[in-house]
Amino acid sequence: MTEKTLGSRPEIEVRGLYKSFGDNEVLRGIDLEINQGEVVCVIGPSGSGKSTLLRCVNLLEEPTKGQVFVGGTELTDPDVDIDAVRRRIGMVFQQFNLFPHLTVTENLSLPQRRVLRRDKATAAKVAAENLERVGLSEKASAYPASLSGGQQQRVAIARALAMGPEVMLFDEPTSALDPELVGDVLAVMRMLANEGMTMMVVTHEMTFAREVADRVVFMDGGVIVEDGTPDQVIGSPQHERTRHFLSRLLDPAMAEVEEETSDQVGKGD
Amino acid sequence: MTDTTGNDVRLQPKQPKKKGLTRRQKRSLSRGIQYVVFVAAVIAFAVAADWDRLANQFAQEDIAEQMFPEVITLALKNTVLYTVSGFAVGLVLGMVIALMRLSSVGPYRWLAGVYIEIFRGLPALLIFIFIGVAVPLAFPGTEIPGGTYGKVALALGLVAAAYMAETIRAGIQAVPKGQMEAARSLGFSPARAMISIIIPQAFRIILPPLTNELVLLFKDSSLVLFLGVTLEERELSKFGRDLASQTANSTPILVAGLCYLLVTIPLGFVVRRMEAKAQEAVK
Repeated sequence: MTEKTLGSRPEIEVRGLYKSFGDNEVLRGIDLEINQGEVVCVIGPSGSGKSTLLRCVNLLEEPTKGQVFVGGTELTDPDVDIDAVRRRIGMVFQQFNLFPHLTVTENLSLPQRRVLRRDKATAAKVAAENLERVGLSEKASAYPASLSGGQQQRVAIARALAMGPEVMLFDEPTSALDPELVGDVLAVMRMLANEGMTMMVVTHEMTFAREVADRVVFMDGGVIVEDGTPDQVIGSPQHERTRHFLSRLLDPAMAEVEEETSDQVGKGD
Repeated sequence: MTDTTGNDVRLQPKQPKKKGLTRRQKRSLSRGIQYVVFVAAVIAFAVAADWDRLANQFAQEDIAEQMFPEVITLALKNTVLYTVSGFAVGLVLGMVIALMRLSSVGPYRWLAGVYIEIFRGLPALLIFIFIGVAVPLAFPGTEIPGGTYGKVALALGLVAAAYMAETIRAGIQAVPKGQMEAARSLGFSPARAMISIIIPQAFRIILPPLTNELVLLFKDSSLVLFLGVTLEERELSKFGRDLASQTANSTPILVAGLCYLLVTIPLGFVVRRMEAKAQEAVK
């Protein structure tokens, strides 16, 4: 593992976070800090609340209780300019969510122009640079529908990067992809990690977590069960729930049929 | 008819011989019967109708000739003008109402709902009369700007807005939720995301139904005659009726009708083209 110089101040800080959908308590007291330049992978069974936690970090979900800080700004402050904070937080979705009525270049330049008020030439230049970073310069004038899933996801990453974020959030970025397309997206994410981007990644890609993450967080039932280096959490998990999850994940065929876990929380997606 | 039903035994050697007709044969038989009935009905009508009297009443060439060029330069022009202005008012108002209907503010939703229920439930005719009579009574001395043109735009717009609001709302809701989330996560404000990202996509979805609304308005513009119009403000229906009573002949009605079709048929064609294109884009 490459040693990185990590900033001391936490870029993302979550304190006592609770989130309920109606009677369904999805997050029950989350405390988490992610330092500048750190790459943290959040793993856990579906319904464990990991996606909800990620979406709380840029307030796409409104927390029921608790605080979220990004770059020192409290997002949960009712008077915060949430749009201004979100400009510093890039988000990549499982379903890509490119704007289908715009070309690839327009997908990258329209947000810059409308949100950051960059002029046309600057926006186009930044768009081209970021498309090159994800290796898709030749698709600049294509529409998203004509791209493969892996290409769409790389464009989505480039779109987020074009806004110049300090933090990137990834919500299962490879889960909707055909297996042979996963590698390209992970390669881009690896590049970002090497460049020192602060990243919070909800994922099922254990190899990626093991090789790229500085820390792995295992969630189950709306709480953080385990939090440590990849070697600790994936290599030698301390908790039975973590071991159980990892064994099922690494060898799905061997998992014995068992009774439903007591509380299936969250809207698994 | 090139089918060779059942004659080619070599093609189906293993089919067990069934009694009666195969499904396919039954289908072509039933189709054949339908054609025969249809053609017989057309012939019956053609023979029974008194063509001479019809032609006399509806297709007098000299009367039709009298109508030109005013039927185009005046009547059709006014019809188009009324329709387009009503559509524009309806589109703007409909957009506002649709956004109110989707608002998180309760009273806005409620107001929009009331508006839609009222104006969708009332005949357009009553709204024309209301604009023509009630508004001058309620606000004496006020003139709706643009005279008859303004009144028509308002009346047609009020009716159209109710329908268009529902269409636009459906279109906005048909845009996947992830689009708004992606826009918000990039720092778009809700209003800016709506304008830059959601509404352009919604309009692609609702272009065909909106164009249908345009066709409906085109026909509803005939209700102008209940506002009382000057000679210069007449549109197709009024123009046709006036001339029909002057000449005691219905030829102008037929010509006016053809003028409507002159516009609605190409519009319908455009709608189908757009629907086909939209289908393709989804694939």
